[in-house]
Amino acid sequence: MKLKLIVVFVGGLLFGFGLAFGGMSKQEIVLSFLQLKDLGLLLLLGGSAAVTALTINLIPKILKKPLLDGKFKKRQRTLNQRTIIGAIIFGVGWGLSGLCPGSALASLGVGNIPSLIGIAGMFLGAYIMGRYFT
Amino acid sequence: MFPLGFYPYMIGGIIIGIGVSIIYIATGLHATQSSFFDTTISFFSKRPYFLQKQYLNSREWRLTFAAGVIIGAFLYTITIATEGFFTTSVEWWRLAIGGFLVGFGTRLSKGCTSGHGISGLASLSTTSLFAVITFITVGMLTALFVQNLGVFP
Repeated sequence: MKLKLIVVFVGGLLFGFGLAFGGMSKQEIVLSFLQLKDLGLLLLLGGSAAVTALTINLIPKILKKPLLDGKFKKRQRTLNQRTIIGAIIFGVGWGLSGLCPGSALASLGVGNIPSLIGIAGMFLGAYIMGRYFT
Repeated sequence: MFPLGFYPYMIGGIIIGIGVSIIYIATGLHATQSSFFDTTISFFSKRPYFLQKQYLNSREWRLTFAAGVIIGAFLYTITIATEGFFTTSVEWWRLAIGGFLVGFGTRLSKGCTSGHGISGLASLSTTSLFAVITFITVGMLTALFVQNLGVFP
């Protein structure tokens, strides 16, 4: 149990380090991507998805189960209206602020205190969704 | 198209992928971000939606993961970052309204840039592919629209 949390923490360290290394913790860089001035974030997304794709698709063929505990399961999502309407609303918020959930957390780590305002907004938005739209 | 070059983005992406991978290999968990809001709300809310079993079972590791993300970015800043600490010049109202829409939208869509973008695409999910195309397209249209209104950055 404890060991699992340590691995999750170390994975989180790498996740945050990589986001900051790739500049995504800066809203200005995210906005310059969305304004089509610098398409570099496509490389960050592609690089992280490619490494993860190798792991998710190859490791379960080599190992019967994860090293510590649990099972190898597919991430299950079904396509429906909520998937797309949610993605549209997320896109508007992302384009307005340059913030997404992971980059907002990493942004705190690079000292960007104003992203706390965005994180508070995200908690409120998630609460309203769960409270009134489920 | 790439004024800052390729390498910071590619190396950053690979480091993120390694982080997600070690968690998957050790635990089978998909290390994604936006569920963190729901699972953390479950510590405070009595609403049945937030108290569903999968949220209660994952809230401890998701909180740990979020702490790792913040501290990992901090470690980057105090070690190899040449530019030091950073403060955005995006106005507070854009962060507040944008953040609200991000929280609402990612939970309605059940995934964000990391959930649909990294883990979803890596799982070869067409649902996530549609979600990613949608939020990147809408994000670009919104950012270009706001810029054309004369709001910077």
